[in-house]
Amino acid sequence: MLKRVLLSLLVASALSTAAFAEEPKSGGVINAVIQPEPPGLMVGLVQNGPTQMVAGNIYEGLLRYSPKLEPLPGLAESWSVSEDGKIYTFKLRKGVTWHDDKPFTSADVAFSIDFLKQTHPRARGNLAQLDKVETPDDYTVVFTLKQPFGPFLGIFEVGSLPMIPKHIYEGTDYKTNPANNTPVGTGPFMFKEWQKGSFIRLVKNPNYYIKGLPHLDEIYWHVIPDAAARAVAFETGKVDVLPGGSVENFDVPRLTKLKNVCVTGAGWEFFSPHSWLWLNNRQGPTANKKFRQALMYAIDRNFAKDVIWNGLAKVATGPSASTIKYYTDKVTTYDYDPAKAKALLKEAGYKGEKVRLLPLPYGETWQRWAEAVKQNLQDVGINVEMIATDVPGWNQKVADWDYDIAFTYLYQYGDPALGVGRNYISSQISKGSPFNNVEGYSNPEIDQLFADGATAFPDSKREDIYLKAQKILTDDVPVAWQLELQFPTITRCNVKNLVTTAIGVNDGFRDAWLDK
Amino acid sequence: MLSFIAQRLAKAVVVLLAIVVFNFMLIRMAPGDPAMVMAGEAGASDKIFVTQLREKFGLDQPLPVQLYRYVKGIVTLDLGFSFRQQMPVAKLIAERLPATLLLTVTAFVISLLLGVLFGTLAARFAGTWADTAITILALIFYATPLFWVALMAILLFSVAMDWLPSFGYETVGANYTGLAHVFDVGAHLILPATTMGLFFMATYARMTRASMLEVKRHDFVKTARAKGLRDAVIQRRHVLRNALLPVVTLAGLQAGTLVGGAVLTETVFAWPGIGRLMYEALLQRDYNLLLGVFVVCSAMVLAFNLITDLIYRAVDPRIEFAS
Repeated sequence: MLKRVLLSLLVASALSTAAFAEEPKSGGVINAVIQPEPPGLMVGLVQNGPTQMVAGNIYEGLLRYSPKLEPLPGLAESWSVSEDGKIYTFKLRKGVTWHDDKPFTSADVAFSIDFLKQTHPRARGNLAQLDKVETPDDYTVVFTLKQPFGPFLGIFEVGSLPMIPKHIYEGTDYKTNPANNTPVGTGPFMFKEWQKGSFIRLVKNPNYYIKGLPHLDEIYWHVIPDAAARAVAFETGKVDVLPGGSVENFDVPRLTKLKNVCVTGAGWEFFSPHSWLWLNNRQGPTANKKFRQALMYAIDRNFAKDVIWNGLAKVATGPSASTIKYYTDKVTTYDYDPAKAKALLKEAGYKGEKVRLLPLPYGETWQRWAEAVKQNLQDVGINVEMIATDVPGWNQKVADWDYDIAFTYLYQYGDPALGVGRNYISSQISKGSPFNNVEGYSNPEIDQLFADGATAFPDSKREDIYLKAQKILTDDVPVAWQLELQFPTITRCNVKNLVTTAIGVNDGFRDAWLDK
Repeated sequence: MLSFIAQRLAKAVVVLLAIVVFNFMLIRMAPGDPAMVMAGEAGASDKIFVTQLREKFGLDQPLPVQLYRYVKGIVTLDLGFSFRQQMPVAKLIAERLPATLLLTVTAFVISLLLGVLFGTLAARFAGTWADTAITILALIFYATPLFWVALMAILLFSVAMDWLPSFGYETVGANYTGLAHVFDVGAHLILPATTMGLFFMATYARMTRASMLEVKRHDFVKTARAKGLRDAVIQRRHVLRNALLPVVTLAGLQAGTLVGGAVLTETVFAWPGIGRLMYEALLQRDYNLLLGVFVVCSAMVLAFNLITDLIYRAVDPRIEFAS
C-alpha cells in the first residue's frame, strides 16, 4: 500500500519559529477568568466551552491544528492516509505518560474511541464512518473507515476527541468514576484544586514529554459570574487573561486602551463561530423565500460588526465561514439595501403580520444586537415583537419550532461536513432538539450534495460539491446569515505565546510564558 | 414551653413538605429542562444524548413518580444529586453555606446595629435636621438598586482607590494562614457585607424611629419622666425596649431569608455562596439543586420564625406561649 505521508512537522516548525521569536522565560503564575463555572473537567464526559477551556490544559488529542487548519502533531507525531482514503495510520509519541506516571499507548487510543462513542455526541457523529481501530503495537494506531470521510483528519483536537486513560476508566461506570473529580490526562498542566464557586488551580506537569514545556508554574482560573466584575478584576490587575466572551463587547475598547493590554481575535479558526437568524421555513411570513431575502437586505450587518462587535467580526456571505474549508464568496450576496427589502416584501405579499424575534439570552451584547435588528426590520415595515427568554426557555422554544426569527451562532469545526451540513439537511429536522435544522429547510438537492461531500475523495471532488451547495443555499436563504464572530482574547502584553493554534486558549497554555 | 416548641416543629414539617411540593411543581412549569440545557452546552445534541440524560436524571418518568421519589428522598434527609454539577446537593450546599452565612450574618449585624442606632437618633431628634438627614440617607440606600450600589462601591474602593478587593472570598494563591487569613477574608468581606447591610439598614432605621415615637407618647413614659428619671435612661430602658418589638419581628423575618437573600451581592462580588448557587441552578434548570436550596431556605425561615417568637418573650415577659 502506497502511503501519502503528511509531514506537517514542517508547518509546526515554521509556526514554532515565528512564535518563539522571543526567548521564553520559565516560571510564573497566570490568573485567567472562566465563565460560567464548568460543571466538570472530564472533557470526555462534559463538552461545554468552559470545560474545554480549562481541561484543554489537562487532556490532549492526537492532533492540534494550525490557524490555517493544517494538522499538527499532538500525541501523534506523524500520520499517513492510504490511497483510497479509507485507512489512517497514526504513529504515537514515545515516552508520553499520564499524570499518574502510567505510559500512554495505542491501547488508550482504542479505549478512548469506545469511550467517546458512548459519551460524546459530536464524536459519535464524527466517528460514524469508522469501521475498526487496530493497534498493531504500542505506538501505532490504524483507523479503517467504511468509506472515505473527507474531514477525518480534522476530528482529533482535544475537545472533539480527547484521549482518556484506559487504566482509570476501563470496567468502571464512566459517569460516576471518582477520577472525574481529579482528572488525569497527559497534558502540560495537572489538576490540583477546585474550590467550587471560586477558582480552579492547575500546576505544571514536570514530566511533560516536550522538554522545556510548559513554561508556567501554575494557572488559576477564577470564577467571577458578573461581566462587569470580570472587567474590573482585569482592570485592577487581579487577572491577566480574559478569554473570548468574558466581558461584554462594549467593555472591550475601554479595556484594550489600558496600558500594557493586548487583544487578539485569533484562536477561533477551528470553531469559526458563525451567527445567523433562524427563520421558520414552515409557517408565517418567514416561510416565503422572498420575505427571507428581504430580511437579508433589510439588516445592516456592517453596523452590527462595527458598533456591536467593535470590528472584531466579518460579515458572513453564506452558510460557511471564510475560515473553513471550501469556502467561497462567489455566491448570491445581500448588501444593506432597505429599498430592495421593501420591494421584496411587497412581492412577497407581506401585510404587516406580527413576526416574533427571539434574541439569544447570552448577555447584553446579544440583547443590543437583537434591538438593532428589530429596528432595521421595523424601518422596512416589518412588525416585530421581541420575545424575552432565559437560556432553557430559548432552547425549548427553538426546539419546539415556536418562533419566527431566532438569533443563534454555532461552531463549524473547520469543515462543512462537520459543522455546516447539520443545519440544512432534511435528516437533521427533528423536533425536540435546538441545534439541528430547526428552521425546517428541506431541499433534496442539498441533502444529496452534503451526503456526497462528506464521502467524496479526493479533496478536489469535495470542493466542487460544497461550492455548489453554498450557491444554492445563498439563493434560498433558509436562514439569515449575520457575522463570522471573533471572541477577542484580552491579556496583559507580558503574557506571550498564548494563542498559537486554531483553537487558541482552548488548546491549553502549553506554549504560553510570562515576560516578567 | 417545650410543648409549644414541639407543636411548632410539627407544624413546620407540614409547611416544609407543602413548600417542597409547591416548588417542585413550580420549577417544572418553567420552559426547558436540564437535559436540554446540557445538550445545548455540549455543542451538539443528537436525540440519543438528550434521551440518555433524561433517563439518567429520571426525567423520563411521569411527574407524580418524580415527585414521589423526591419527597421520599427529602423525608430521609436526602436532597438528591445535582444534574449539572454531578455532586450530591447536600454536599454542594454544605460547601457554600459557611460563605453565605458569613456574608449575610455580617450584613445583618451591620444593618441591625446601624438601623437601630440611626432610628433611635432620628426619634430622639425628631423634626430636626439630623432626623431629616438620617431619613434621607436611609431612603437613598433603600431605594437604590443593590447591584448598582455594589458596582459603585467597587469602582470607588477597588478601582479608583485600590483599598479593597473587588471579588472573591480570599486572595487566591496567597495561602494565608491564622490571623493573616482572617484579615484577608475580612478585607474581602467589607464591600459585600456593607453594601448589603446598608440596604437593609434603612428598614430598621425607619421602623425603630416610628416605633420609638409611638412609644414615647404612652403614659408610662410620662410617668417615668415625672419620677425624675434621666432622659437617657428613659430612652434606653423604657422607650427603646418597648419600641424594639416590631424591630425584632422584622429582624426575625429577615434572618430567615439570610441564606437565600444574597443572590445579587454574591453575584456582583463573586462571593462563593448559596445565593449564586441558587441563581445558577435556576438558569440551568438544575431541579434537584434548586429545590435543595429552597428546602434549606424554607427551613431557615421556619426556624427563625420560631426563634423570633422565643425572643419576643425575652424582650417582653408579658407575652405568654399559647398552648
